[in-house]
Amino acid sequence: MTIFTRRGAIGLTGAAGVLALFGEGALAQAPARAKDGAVVIGMSLEPPVLDPNLNAAAAVREITYLNIYESLARIDPRGGIIPGLATGWTVSPDGLEYVFKLVPGVKYHDGEPCDSADVKFTLDRLSAPDATAPGKSLYASIKSVEVIDATTVKVTLKNPDSFFLYNVALGDASIMGRKSAATNGTKPIGTGPFVFKERKEGDSVTLAKSPTYRHAASIRLNTVTFKFIRDPAAQINALLAGDVDTFPGFQAPELVGRVRADNRFAVVIGSTMGETILATNNGRGPMKDLRVRQAIAHALNREDLVAGESGFALPIGSHFPPHDADHVDLTKTYPFDIAKAKKLLADAGHPNGFEASLKLPPVGYAQRSGEILVSQLGKIGIKLTITQLQWPQWLAEVFKERNYDFTIVAHTEANDLDRYARDGYYWGYDSKAFKDHWAAVVRETDPAKRAVLIKAAQKMVADDAVNGFLFQLGKIGVWNRQLVGMWENSPTPSIDLSGVSWK
Amino acid sequence: MKAFLGRARRHVGFLVGATLVAIVLATAILSTVWTPHPHDDLRMALKLKPADTTWWLGTDHRGRDVLSRIMVGAQTSIVVGLIAVSIGMAIGVALGAWAAARRGWVDELLSRFGDLVLSMPAVLLAILITSVFGASATNAILAIGIFNIPVFARVTRGAALTLWGRDFVRAAAALGLGPLTITWRHVLPNAAGVLLVQATIQFAVAILAEAGLSYLGLGAQPPVPSWGRMLYDAQTYLYDAPGLAIWPGLAIALTVLGLNMLGDGLRDLLDPRLRPLRVG
Repeated sequence: MTIFTRRGAIGLTGAAGVLALFGEGALAQAPARAKDGAVVIGMSLEPPVLDPNLNAAAAVREITYLNIYESLARIDPRGGIIPGLATGWTVSPDGLEYVFKLVPGVKYHDGEPCDSADVKFTLDRLSAPDATAPGKSLYASIKSVEVIDATTVKVTLKNPDSFFLYNVALGDASIMGRKSAATNGTKPIGTGPFVFKERKEGDSVTLAKSPTYRHAASIRLNTVTFKFIRDPAAQINALLAGDVDTFPGFQAPELVGRVRADNRFAVVIGSTMGETILATNNGRGPMKDLRVRQAIAHALNREDLVAGESGFALPIGSHFPPHDADHVDLTKTYPFDIAKAKKLLADAGHPNGFEASLKLPPVGYAQRSGEILVSQLGKIGIKLTITQLQWPQWLAEVFKERNYDFTIVAHTEANDLDRYARDGYYWGYDSKAFKDHWAAVVRETDPAKRAVLIKAAQKMVADDAVNGFLFQLGKIGVWNRQLVGMWENSPTPSIDLSGVSWK
Repeated sequence: MKAFLGRARRHVGFLVGATLVAIVLATAILSTVWTPHPHDDLRMALKLKPADTTWWLGTDHRGRDVLSRIMVGAQTSIVVGLIAVSIGMAIGVALGAWAAARRGWVDELLSRFGDLVLSMPAVLLAILITSVFGASATNAILAIGIFNIPVFARVTRGAALTLWGRDFVRAAAALGLGPLTITWRHVLPNAAGVLLVQATIQFAVAILAEAGLSYLGLGAQPPVPSWGRMLYDAQTYLYDAPGLAIWPGLAIALTVLGLNMLGDGLRDLLDPRLRPLRVG
């Protein structure tokens, strides 16, 4: 008993001494692996493959973009475009010819040189008539790619494309070697600062620092492990137990309070490109009628939906991120008004509402908002029945076959207003006016004029109430306070580790 | 009947079980006409309120009254239990009685098939069915019901086999009555007691299974209130609002306990061998 007490007393004085000497900082400790330059990164979703040319999943880019692969240009943490594999580029006055100068002497992880023929190979892989790339439409303006010499490549466009540079900076356009591309899905080989080590299906992907990277000296991490943990409760347990050092995109806003209470971790709320929408099948049933969609828009109580995200979200009134300079606040286009919603629904011939399906993908925001929306639309008589889908089912049933009434999903790509101009997209929105307008946006290379057009495009989509515009997802970044250099915002899906280090 | 009630009055387990089950039933029925608050009125401004005089058990993470949701949740549990047991009984009893009457290869085939189904844990079977046919309360009920079929078949077969050996059944057969008539007139009425006991126990199993499936997201879909689903939602808030997990947990525990005690009590009271002892 005495020993017990004495030990307790020693422990207490010891702790008090440490506190006095080092203050609060001493409590925020780095894990033992920090000394070896190792870091464990938690992710909610696992990438199906590791080839971003051929797979659209955000998780593929999060792991590979700027870590394993590089693109001609890169997107910086603020969303700007800076040189990547290309040291620079020139654009012809008519906006139709882009000449890229590549960094000389770059090598892939397998030792092969990276030259302009690979650039041509990659851009053809994305834009050729028979290309199967999910981002093909992003590169549809490419007419031809010409190799001038080993480090010079010329891209000719069919029409001026104001998004072209941004699109070649995306993870979609990761430059791949002609020899390794075929196996990059399982054994990715790029030119980036990290080499793929191993993948444990259902568990983790491990990368190691590349000795041949041209700025290898600036890379401070030696080993990077991406660990896939889907369940929010398991995520927080892994974090608090020290098994994971960071969740760049923490998926459980309701648990943020508990992470904040732990002094080891910093919680940083940033912005994402994720417009979360009540995606509506415009080509089916009552939703074909503009008045029905307007009624739904009037029935949305965004305050409650944002509260459902524990406040880590911003209300949106159209398909455009609020932190963008060209954003227009359209949340009052159809203000929350149950009486008006009911009247519109009655005018459309549904005085008692109607029944419809709400097919939810397995993500936190959809689950949370789904339950809230069932209640909100229930108040104007629209009875939604929730069906839970796994991602492959969702992609097949909702996205490809368009067999759905409503779904909830966050569109995380930048500049994704263009989806409203696409033929056969899953919303079934077919507006000649918008298609013509968007073609003008793409052709307009003058930034000021383009901004005006983009603002008008936001309003067209909002007026047509194509989808229920809910909120912009917040990026809840959680990381060990000793870890520095993580991106606070998410201008594009990426967990860029090139600038990350332990203090 | 009078003797039964007399004995029942002195059986503590039976009384406690019957009371608990009666309370749950009464709550479920009451909730169809009255709850303290609307059970599905979602108001984020009121989320996670502690228990007070307005919100007797507090509010959940969506600002809904917990007590009202538990009351309506009783409906879900009872409907699932009733239908799952009915499916199991209707098919299981028929198959069991058929096996006992026919014997031979029919008996052999049905029994082995029953073993096959029973060799898989009930919840695993239910997960299999709900993940193939989609998660919904209906599929959960079907899954649990299917698991109940061999359970009832086995119990019926056992009881019926004994009865087929008894003199009064043999006499009926000697008089030229067909197997169907004998089963209907003599076998089933005498097996009713055992089946009633089994039904009570399976009711409890069904409620637990539904709670388990809903907890895994494979049962009742929101916003249908289900105790299992409430537990799932509560686990995120265990630190901030432990009550959210305690109340539905308690509801499941007490209902299952009540049904099990009622089942045990019924078995004691209906067992003919114990009858003389208890009468004295």
